[in-house]
Amino acid sequence: MSEIKWKATRDGYGDALVEMGAQDERIVVLGADLTDSTRALWFAQKYPDRFFDFGIAEQNMLNAAAGFALAGKIPWVSTYGVFVAGRAWDQIRTTTCYSNLNVKIGGAHGGISVGPDGATHQALEDVATMRVLPNMTVIVPADYYETKKAVIWACKHVGPVYVRFGREPVPVVTKLDDPFIMGKANLINDGTDVTIINNGPVLWECMKAVHTLREKGISARLANMHTVKPIDRETIAKAARETGAIVTVEEHQVMGGFGSAVAEVVVQTCPVPMRFIGIQDRFGESGTPEELFEEFGLTARHIVAAVEDVLKAKRG
Amino acid sequence: MVDQAKVEELKRIAHRIRCDIIWALAHAQSGHPGGSLSATDICVALYFYALKHDPKACQWEGRDRVIFSKGHVSPLIFSLLAESGYIPREELRTFRKFGSRLQGHPNVECPGIEVGTGSLGQGLSIAVGLALGLRMDGKPNRVYCIMGDGENQEGSTWEAIMSAGHYKLDNLCVILDNNGLQIDGWVEDVMGLQPLADKWRAFRWHVIEIDGHDMAQCMEALDQAKQVKGQPTVIIAKTVKGKGVSWMENMAEWHGKAPKQDQCREALKELACPAEYFDF
Ligand SMILES: Cc1ncc(C[n+]2csc(CCOP(=O)(O)OP(=O)(O)O)c2C)c(N)n1
Repeated sequence: MSEIKWKATRDGYGDALVEMGAQDERIVVLGADLTDSTRALWFAQKYPDRFFDFGIAEQNMLNAAAGFALAGKIPWVSTYGVFVAGRAWDQIRTTTCYSNLNVKIGGAHGGISVGPDGATHQALEDVATMRVLPNMTVIVPADYYETKKAVIWACKHVGPVYVRFGREPVPVVTKLDDPFIMGKANLINDGTDVTIINNGPVLWECMKAVHTLREKGISARLANMHTVKPIDRETIAKAARETGAIVTVEEHQVMGGFGSAVAEVVVQTCPVPMRFIGIQDRFGESGTPEELFEEFGLTARHIVAAVEDVLKAKRG
Repeated sequence: MVDQAKVEELKRIAHRIRCDIIWALAHAQSGHPGGSLSATDICVALYFYALKHDPKACQWEGRDRVIFSKGHVSPLIFSLLAESGYIPREELRTFRKFGSRLQGHPNVECPGIEVGTGSLGQGLSIAVGLALGLRMDGKPNRVYCIMGDGENQEGSTWEAIMSAGHYKLDNLCVILDNNGLQIDGWVEDVMGLQPLADKWRAFRWHVIEIDGHDMAQCMEALDQAKQVKGQPTVIIAKTVKGKGVSWMENMAEWHGKAPKQDQCREALKELACPAEYFDF
């Protein structure tokens, strides 16, 4: 565990864009005055003719992206999750999703881990607003490699995709040769008492929690579910059947987000007790990622407590 | 003619505010220096000359309202509030820290802040509604909105500009910090806005163009705005991003990056800040 590499998921986004830019000339990148911090800059430097800065004008940029798609391009819109999934939601809904256009959205600086910028810049609702849109695929990768693979996958997929990533370096916990199958979770650890289903860069905390639980004699299954939509119904139903209790983990509001998506499947397949780790109906605030994870209840300690609580419910 | 003694006093305040901005950034090690330093002079003229307010009673009915549409200049905003007496100056040490009232972008937990901002292109719409509401009730209060030039790229900004012109909101005054830069570079290169003044004029605004670092001009513009009838006023203040710290001036890279601690010391030295500013 000592040799953990740390790398920001946004770097995976930037690297994948550069790599795919070489393979497919149809790829264009659109920015809104946040070129460097979203890592779209790396693409812009390599392919200046295929990068377009729209200035601070997200609504215009989103519909322009739809126009690029109509022209046969593969546009990647690159800005912060808050400014795209919130401000330009109607443009995404009615132009891109309704006509099922091939628009890709990079939602940067997702979650509270953005840190000192505070609530206005911390996207905590984007997964919810994107996942209600028909035709939209929503992916929240857990680390650098997974982000890269998600972006590469999205470039090849035809249809709207929202990929959400973060600013801060996080432990690289998946491996280069782990499979990335859209809509299919990866099993990190098998177990029998409870299943923890993770979404996004909180995976490292889940792994620590599994470790602690093992020491307490609790056998936890851990699944990493990068795709929020379409959701992996099979893995969820199986977890409910075989372990009888589920805890979801996400760096997002629990209302309407990933945990809600999992619960929708659980109640329709095999109802079992659940607990939700995530932001509990609050806005974020300024602080370091560590302080915020502690305050908002996203650390291994909180996951362990949620597991212990759901196990009580399971035993009745 | 403006009062020369007042000009000198405001210049001294502006100097302290610049010191405070760097000091707050030194403690936070994050934040936005460029647009804070460019808007300092005109905002000092606003707060310490033109504005009707009572820092001891921040909800006073008779107060003029200030909406900082460019919420990222929070180091400037909080320094203005500290200098005015809304918050203790010491509190600037907690800027952007966990648990602080002084968040990365301003919110209503901080006394003197009317509304949380930070998503660009929203402030002017708020100001328009506020100005309309105050006018409906026959209130004399004025509404000021501080915006960036890059922010004019937001489409919703123009919806707000159009509505203010339409409703002849002469109780509304925009201060446009025209420093010519945004994050990705020069506004004219990223998404050109020129002729900016003509655009505002076309939307039925009274336009005043000034040198935003000339304190007498700032005061005169604010005076003039109060006299304009039947139209909202925009003061297009030509400024220099990063003004006051030579190596930050006109450099896009200093938009949203905090100087390292030794750079803060350099900046404080260049500003000739008193010794007590070096305690971080
Ligand atoms: C809707 C929205 N998009 C993007 C951003 C990120 N952002 C913060 S400041 C800024 C540049 C602002 O430029 P300008 O309005 O010229 O302000 P100034 O130069 O005075 O700082 C950007 C793009 C934001 N805060 N809100």
